[in-house]
Amino acid sequence: MSPDVLLEHAPLFARAAVVTVRIAALGILGALTVGLVCAAVEHFRVPVGRQAVRAYVELARNTPLVVQLFFLYFALPKVGVVWSGEACAIIGLTFLGGGYMAEALRSGLDAVDASQVDGALSLGMSRGAALRHVVLPQGVAVAVPALTANVIFLVKETSVVSVVALPDLMYVAKDIIGSSYDTREALTLLVVAYLVILLPVALGARALEGRWRRAGLGS
Amino acid sequence: MPVSGLEVLLEGRNLVRLLEGLGTTVGIALASLAVALVCGVPLGLAMTRRGALVQVLTRGYVETMRIVPQLVLLFVVYFDLAREGIVSLSGTATSVLVLGLWGAAEMGDLVRGAVTSIPEHQVDSARALGLAPGQVQRLVVLPQTVRRLAPLTVNLTTRLVKTTSLVVLIGVVEVLKVAQQIIDANRFEHPEAAFWVYGLVLGLYFVVCYPVSVLARRLETRWESR
Repeated sequence: MSPDVLLEHAPLFARAAVVTVRIAALGILGALTVGLVCAAVEHFRVPVGRQAVRAYVELARNTPLVVQLFFLYFALPKVGVVWSGEACAIIGLTFLGGGYMAEALRSGLDAVDASQVDGALSLGMSRGAALRHVVLPQGVAVAVPALTANVIFLVKETSVVSVVALPDLMYVAKDIIGSSYDTREALTLLVVAYLVILLPVALGARALEGRWRRAGLGS
Repeated sequence: MPVSGLEVLLEGRNLVRLLEGLGTTVGIALASLAVALVCGVPLGLAMTRRGALVQVLTRGYVETMRIVPQLVLLFVVYFDLAREGIVSLSGTATSVLVLGLWGAAEMGDLVRGAVTSIPEHQVDSARALGLAPGQVQRLVVLPQTVRRLAPLTVNLTTRLVKTTSLVVLIGVVEVLKVAQQIIDANRFEHPEAAFWVYGLVLGLYFVVCYPVSVLARRLETRWESR
């Protein structure tokens, strides 16, 4: 392995890492939003909405992201829905992650005892206030370990977005292997790039979990 | 709805070929599961030992395998090891090896969690009642570990099936590749076929994974209530 070759290709990986991080960040944000809405619908047993959410969660969790992306990018245009590669990747990640986040948040919300809501109401809180100040903080705290695990899972899942022609880390690695045969250098940079992205996320997740536990919530 | 593309599925052996592709996917997943169980159970038991060296080695292995995306692992083994002539593996063999070793890390962590979740006072109580160490393991620890482990292992199976979808990217001809071939072959006559073929692949994965997920949930709720 030659250091010169590593240096030569490093800028390409830096640029690709930006794509990976951007997709991951937007996808995770989307997944949290979708997950929170779905968890609320299930927790409050909204009629019809509840069944729809259940079906969505099962579909998202029981199919792989690669196939979801193929469907979004290659199949949906045949019925007139055309998305760019980047939009597909973000929507795909949101679709997949939304199902996982919904499960994590729902079990968190369900873990808050109903008597707490009764208590809050008897103290004169409105339903909204009880939700905001009593149920959500504790429910989210219970869900934190599952949520952080999902975040790491989703960052790793972005490694397949090259199938919708996005110039992410995998794409660049494959490109270099195919064009210049600097296989070992490309793979080294690939692993390093993912570790640079994922290690801070993993350490941050651990710190966050510790903080929530110390706060005495979610135990 | 572009119904014209639908007939592609019924033409010739297309449907059979897709199912054969699905068989390849499930086959790789099950072979990987076997590797994961054979290597993961001893790994998990080793992780419950106190020795510093054992801890560093096992934790290092598990954390490394879990933080690197599985696709990156597949690439490293497929492109690098094969190229350097260390081992020259087919795409399928690479898939089983990599997914198996990744699964072993996940399984190891599940086994460790299940074993350590059994309160130590149970072992003490069993000993106080006069059970021999072997009996304590066989009659107290093992049954509870298996109960805790069963739903988690079933869950790992669905994750392995879903992760196997990545092997198309190192050239294994499985269900998604067959789908691509069918769509390419019908590109001019039935340009809409992609909608139905990829829709079917999505459905096939769901049909495989959903019942297994339901089984995992059943096992979990049934054994939790005891």
